[in-house]
Amino acid sequence: MASHESTYRPTSKISKWLDARLPVERMMHGQFVDFPTPRNINYLWTTGGLLTFFLAIQIITGIVLAMHYVPSAADAFNSVEHIRRDVNYGWLIRNIHAVGASFFFLAVYIHIGRGLYYGSYKAPREVLWILGVVIFLLMMATAFMGYSLPWGQMSFWAVTVITNLFSSIDAVIPGLGTRIVQWLWGGFSVSGTTLNRFYALHYLLPFVIAGVVGLHIWALHVVGQNNPTGLDIKQPSDTVPMAPYAVMKDVFALSVFTLLFAWFVFYLPDYLGHADNYIEANPLSTPPHIVPEWYFLPYYAILRAIPDKLLGVIAMFSSILLLIFVPWLDTSRVRSAKYRPVYKWFFWLFIFTVIALGYLGSKPAEGVYVQWARVFTAYYFIHLLVVLPIVGVMETTKPLPRSISESVLGKPAAAPKH
Amino acid sequence: MASHSTEEPNRRDFIVILAQSFAGVGAAVALWPFISQMNPDASTQALASIEVDLSPVKAGQAITVSWRGKPVFIRNRTPEEVKAALDVKLSDLKDPIARNEALPDKSPATDLNRTKKDKENWLVLVGICTHLGCIPKGQSMADAKGDYGGWFCPCHGSHYDTAGRIRLGPAPQNLLVPTYEFVSDTMIKIG
Repeated sequence: MASHESTYRPTSKISKWLDARLPVERMMHGQFVDFPTPRNINYLWTTGGLLTFFLAIQIITGIVLAMHYVPSAADAFNSVEHIRRDVNYGWLIRNIHAVGASFFFLAVYIHIGRGLYYGSYKAPREVLWILGVVIFLLMMATAFMGYSLPWGQMSFWAVTVITNLFSSIDAVIPGLGTRIVQWLWGGFSVSGTTLNRFYALHYLLPFVIAGVVGLHIWALHVVGQNNPTGLDIKQPSDTVPMAPYAVMKDVFALSVFTLLFAWFVFYLPDYLGHADNYIEANPLSTPPHIVPEWYFLPYYAILRAIPDKLLGVIAMFSSILLLIFVPWLDTSRVRSAKYRPVYKWFFWLFIFTVIALGYLGSKPAEGVYVQWARVFTAYYFIHLLVVLPIVGVMETTKPLPRSISESVLGKPAAAPKH
Repeated sequence: MASHSTEEPNRRDFIVILAQSFAGVGAAVALWPFISQMNPDASTQALASIEVDLSPVKAGQAITVSWRGKPVFIRNRTPEEVKAALDVKLSDLKDPIARNEALPDKSPATDLNRTKKDKENWLVLVGICTHLGCIPKGQSMADAKGDYGGWFCPCHGSHYDTAGRIRLGPAPQNLLVPTYEFVSDTMIKIG
């Protein structure tokens, strides 16, 4: 599928010399220029490129910020203000980094949603999908530790609450949870020691992500891209070369997305944040209403929906880890929801559930909010554990087109004449 | 030679297993300092006990002091608050264990087991919600004190009574009573 005749012809003397020694240009040409791309992919297939772009943006702005930031309990908060007010273009670079984290997550959620809708996790793409879940988990860890660095009230209490999740292990092995939490903190409470190690890891993890992204792209290029029909590539006329067709599509989508991004960076840099984080961390006072950043709200709602501490933590972690098993939980032989009339409705119900959980996670943990959070938490798990296996078996799917080109060109599939 | 590879382990297999085990144990031992360095360091461990003067705290008032980087709640309870705490049946408690560092692990969570003899009006607690580590409200006069008149954690809605015992909400345990002693009539030493 992914193996194809390379059209790479080294022209210059240097290229020929290098090609005989380290054929890196040949590889790049084969993988990113004349790589066969399904001819029917839509704009949802531009999110991979977007995500690569945002990873690069976060690493570049992050390295610059690290040149001015001071990771100590006494100076962290002020050094961020120093970056915003005194450092040349610090305001811009800091805003790009902070807003960039949000847009990185926006893009990754669209990317995951696309995979769920078009069945991109099904054989032979299981490893590709699992690597994606690993990247998602690494992103969450990185974002969480990055959020601690400004050392505002929300930073401090987010670290306190999230690291305390591990103390729930005390319910199984008394004392072990507390030991783990103190090990994470390097003390008896969250302190500058904790901040310092989070900073070191926040600098490290993006490079780990970049490595796993490399594996993710490798796995993608072994099995080939999925497409809106979910059909395999069967003939050369099902594909177009990646450059210029898919690349141009990526460039256009990136332009539109970065326009929205720029609007937030320049006009609403704090809109996605929380005002309490402009109050310096105070270990003796918890803000009245703690909420995580918007991209963690659905999981936070699941955590709070369950009245038992240990079970709440287990539910929260398993809501993400369950994604790993989706390739096997979904029993349908048809990949794309386009041809799955029943699953399609459940898919949108699942999306609605995640958004509803996000809304409920932003509300106080009381009364009707908790009740609804329980309802949606229940559906979240029912969808993955019950709906996916059962609908896949019960449903009568719509007839599939015979090939990708038939779905694009209409019936009857004209055999390629050239 | 071919018959050897499928039958009894030979000397070479033994040497390979031995070498692998040796390398494995060596790697684990070498890893330990890199894990252990994250534990609380000597300067953090050395944070000594503190002494607190209680004389300015009138009945019904509370103060918060910092001990080992954690807030410690000290409340001078009114007779009504003490009575409310004494009247609670153990069977009504979510966590029936005293959680008092000075007492054996299984002591019941009676009000007497959470205070010092003849000083029952004084309640000394680590002011950290046993759910996920927020600081409960209830120290200042204007705070919401929750349904049981003690403390209320705004993060996830845990209610504590006037003996600092969990009554409602997701927290699994009563607020911890740290080791402390009265060094004089109006002075305590925590730690």
